Amino acid sequence: MAIPVIYNIRSVRVRWVSAVVSVVGIAGSVGVFIAMLALANGFEAALATSGSPLNAKVRRAGTTSEMESGMSLDETRIIGDAPGVARGADNAPLVSAEVVIVTALPKAGYGTDANVAVRGVSPQAAQVHDKVRITEGRYFEPGIAELIVGRGADRTIEGLALGDRPRFGGREWTVVGLFDADGSAFDSEIWCDARLLNESFGRPAGVSQSATVRLDSPESFNAFKDALTSDPRLTVMAQREQEYYADRSTMISTLIRSLGFLVAIVMGVGSIFGALNTMYSAVAARAREIATLRALGFGPGSVVVSFVFESLLIALVGGAVGGLMALPVNGVGVSTMNWQTFSHLAFAFRVTPPLLLYGLIFALIMGFVGGLLPAVRAARLPVASALREL
Amino acid sequence: MKFLPLVIKNLFRKKIRTTLTILSIMVAMFLFGLLAVIDTAFTAGIDVAGADRLVVIGRSGVIQPLPIRYKEQIARIPGVTDVAHASWFGGVYQDERNFFAQFAVEDEAYLRIYSEFVVPEDQMRAYLSDLQGCIVGRKTAERFGWKIGDRIPLKGTIYAGTWEFNVRAIYSGRRPQDDETAFIFRAKYLEERASQFWRGLVGWYVVQVKDPNQAETIAMNIDARFSNSNAETKTQREETFIASWINQMGNIRLLVISVGIVVFFTLLLVTGNTMAIAVRERTGEWAVLKTLGFGDWTVLALVLAESLTIAGVGGGIGLLLARAFTSVGNPMPGLISVFYFSNERFVMGLFLTLFVGLMAGAIPGVMTMRLRIVDALRRV
Repeated sequence: MAIPVIYNIRSVRVRWVSAVVSVVGIAGSVGVFIAMLALANGFEAALATSGSPLNAKVRRAGTTSEMESGMSLDETRIIGDAPGVARGADNAPLVSAEVVIVTALPKAGYGTDANVAVRGVSPQAAQVHDKVRITEGRYFEPGIAELIVGRGADRTIEGLALGDRPRFGGREWTVVGLFDADGSAFDSEIWCDARLLNESFGRPAGVSQSATVRLDSPESFNAFKDALTSDPRLTVMAQREQEYYADRSTMISTLIRSLGFLVAIVMGVGSIFGALNTMYSAVAARAREIATLRALGFGPGSVVVSFVFESLLIALVGGAVGGLMALPVNGVGVSTMNWQTFSHLAFAFRVTPPLLLYGLIFALIMGFVGGLLPAVRAARLPVASALREL
Repeated sequence: MKFLPLVIKNLFRKKIRTTLTILSIMVAMFLFGLLAVIDTAFTAGIDVAGADRLVVIGRSGVIQPLPIRYKEQIARIPGVTDVAHASWFGGVYQDERNFFAQFAVEDEAYLRIYSEFVVPEDQMRAYLSDLQGCIVGRKTAERFGWKIGDRIPLKGTIYAGTWEFNVRAIYSGRRPQDDETAFIFRAKYLEERASQFWRGLVGWYVVQVKDPNQAETIAMNIDARFSNSNAETKTQREETFIASWINQMGNIRLLVISVGIVVFFTLLLVTGNTMAIAVRERTGEWAVLKTLGFGDWTVLALVLAESLTIAGVGGGIGLLLARAFTSVGNPMPGLISVFYFSNERFVMGLFLTLFVGLMAGAIPGVMTMRLRIVDALRRV
């Protein structure tokens, strides 16, 4: 016969001090666990959302990133004529020939510099990267030293507000607009006219690094890719834009994830010891009660179930509190340097419902492990001598 | 001291509880060790920076190359004792995940300035007589099982093509915080094989100055020398240069510290609670002790001794485990180049342990001190 649940709830209420300690211990572990995963999540999201399923990124075959690649104007033109490329209102192919330069600008509040990616883009870029929205000001004019700044770059780098005139590449630029790219890596970038950027940094004219191409549908990617690789005039490789950015994030997200798991697991083990302690004391303090329950006819199985349930209950509350504690970090901005692109990347913690669920599961595991052994001990108490105990 | 057997007896009274409390402190201090190691990994660069070293990079950042002819002009600036140039190679060994830093450096000058990198003399000679020679950090050599004489192919990312190197020397650091993962090869090789675009260009200069106190002035003189040229420079103390890289890594250090604080308070709470339970259970006994003539302070000392013993044993084992764990090896080579548990942090951990022990024993201890014998004895 099962012991009524109300017995456990009342017991927890009576010994609330040690229950609260258990709850705090578990909440701490769950909070750290969720926060660490949210960090890795945010980082991946920043890079994953940088790509659109409709876009393909083309760069020189054999290069590992756009910054090492090089591509002539003719090649860009051939790429634009490949099958599957979407066309704009004026029937021009939607291809953005891009150049990325990394420049050092002062990091806000640190007094030291951060490497910022400056992306030179073609006039078609606004249609190719449709997630990039101008939130303040306007788009830059081609041929003029004007910049638009992503909101992440605006936040972490000094002197990039609307109307500011930063200096790099031997020239003064004017910030004419701020843009929002939906939390993606573009948010950490500064955009300007590709031709002008090439000129300012003394790169050969008419040579871009990569091309981002808008396709008419996600399915046309394979045909597009095959057309490029079989064209004898080209030595390029095409990758879905999303894959390209996912590849750029593997190193840092592995680092964050492994550190996060390591810390959370060690903390979890510590919390299990804490939970065990609380449950053992609970069993010891209630020896007489348990013996009475047994004397009343509740079997050893019901006692085990009852105590494990009590431990799970405490863990569940701990998990929920931990989740709530982790919630405020959602959206908190962090920035780091992505070694794989050598440039600075702003992103935010992302606490998602699945993460909260993982946190609860983690808490329940701790509660189960922490409750089982004490519950077994409770069930094994010799009834007669326990009843006689003071 | 004569009460030691009493303290020990009390500890062994509830073996499971004592063990569990020791284990949780052990886990917490182990975690403290890990966090300290991670923190060191991110900030170690600053400790290794030489006070007499300046780094000269392009005005637009380290990506912008500088002309090789700057070397002589920098060398002529008063107060400069040595100059060497270096370039980031950024090659890939088999897979992008096998990351380690590679620099093409000026033959002898670079290792003269970075005197903390120790290369055996015969190996140094072998390196200098081979254009494709390279010097590999001890840890990177161990990671890939490279030995002297091995041929290493690296796929160039900035410099096109596959580049082959012969391992001619293996360096080790003088101090534990020195980076032993770098891969150094001869700038001459790069200069000969790289495409036209890179001719006459280097990544950055390292400058050694005679008097570290004049570093700022010399840095200003260097930048003034090249102002209004098409490759303007930015000269910083090596420490500032590294600090700016660390700042770019972002708030990771802050995160680590916050996690540490969460853990610490959780731990304090758990231990404090256990001590409180242990003391409360024995209320009657404390009253008996007091009746026998034990003073308030003696009773407090007994409680504190108990909690300090638990904390000391647990914390000590945890810190030693952390040390053992970090000496086994770096679980993330390539991502973290410096991985060690410094002595200062170890001592800091011991103090934290003592603090936890004292705090956990304080409240129950004071409670016992204030215990009125009559009330305590009357309780059943």
